[in-house]
Amino acid sequence: MDIKDFIKKFRAEFEDIPQGSITPSTSIKDIEGWGSMHALIVVALADTEYGVTIKGEELKKANTIQDLFNLIVSQQK
Amino acid sequence: MAFFSVENINLLGIAAAVPRNEISNYDYDFLNESERKLLIKTTGIEKRRAVLNSGITTTDLGMAAAEKLLKETNTSKDDIGILIFISQTPDYLLPASSILLQNRLGLSKSCMAFDINLGCSGYIYGLSVIGSLMNQAKIKKGLLIAGDISSISAVREDKSVYPLFGDAATATMLEYNTQADKMHFSLQNDGSGYEAIIVREGGVRKPLTKESFLIEDLGNGVSRAPRNLELNGMDVFNFSVTEVPANVIEFLRETSTTVDSYDQFIMHQANLLMNETIRKKLKFPAEKVPYSLSKYGNTSSASIPLTIVTELGKKVSGNVSFLLSGFGVGLSWGTVSLKTHNLVCPQLIEL
Repeated sequence: MDIKDFIKKFRAEFEDIPQGSITPSTSIKDIEGWGSMHALIVVALADTEYGVTIKGEELKKANTIQDLFNLIVSQQK
Repeated sequence: MAFFSVENINLLGIAAAVPRNEISNYDYDFLNESERKLLIKTTGIEKRRAVLNSGITTTDLGMAAAEKLLKETNTSKDDIGILIFISQTPDYLLPASSILLQNRLGLSKSCMAFDINLGCSGYIYGLSVIGSLMNQAKIKKGLLIAGDISSISAVREDKSVYPLFGDAATATMLEYNTQADKMHFSLQNDGSGYEAIIVREGGVRKPLTKESFLIEDLGNGVSRAPRNLELNGMDVFNFSVTEVPANVIEFLRETSTTVDSYDQFIMHQANLLMNETIRKKLKFPAEKVPYSLSKYGNTSSASIPLTIVTELGKKVSGNVSFLLSGFGVGLSWGTVSLKTHNLVCPQLIEL
């Protein structure tokens, strides 16, 4: 998997995020309107698309999109 | 995993009752419009029923459902030898609500009655207990009443709980019948997750004090008091999408069945994102997996029978092969397979 593909999938989950506004260095918490519901959707995405279970605490430690991507990759067997 | 079968027990009918008061999540102005839109899209919950200040209890709803079912199945009250009430919102701390129902329904004094304290997994556990006892004691007819008034413990300023739960109770009539197909069960639990869904105060560990009612702002749109229902959405999500598919896959293996062996897969109605993740993992086709979530929300132990009543209704005539799966508070989860023949499903009752 590559990060471009991940960003595409990430964006597809959220209608309200403007096109092209997400890059690997984007700070997750600074995405406009980011909340607990978005976090849950990310966990579901990781599970369905990548077969990975992300824990709440791990997700909190991921600051950027790159961190989140790395977290998912590290969990894949 | 507790895996076992119960013989000689048929499901005759299911009835469900909800309070008339409807609450729309589109009116949940504690959230702004985009948050509200995302909440409804993700959870799939548009509307819910709540008793509000009507004074209606779980047993009131359960009683209405049971009376309707007694009538529609032409069951004599004297034939009911067991009544089990599944709830986490009983009328009193004691005595058990099932015993109140025995009296209010006019059932015989030789009808055994007791409560089981379980939530979202309760319907599956309840079926296993009532089926086993009825088979063992050859009891002609039994009533399983399951439901909760969750709105009583949810506070409006808690977006992680308030918009999710609805009130409902259901009644299921079972009969002893040597021609019945076997019911197969797989029951599991994990007490290490007890804090994932919890009401912290009001029990003996932490009795109610004045402070139990003080609502505290915990940030991120969550304010609640220690007596309120608390839910860790992320933990519940991870638990459900991991343990439920694993349990069902193991169940299919144990019973030498596949997804194709079942006409309907009815899951506890938690939220759409979670339920759909489970459905996709198990590769159940969408047309076999009905939801009552959008209209009634998460109704705890009532959710599976309520979904059968509201979403299948007339489709349960003839033979139907069901796979039912409940999961949640405890943590507790379980699966049952059963076959029905012209299941009696009267229209939803509104009180």
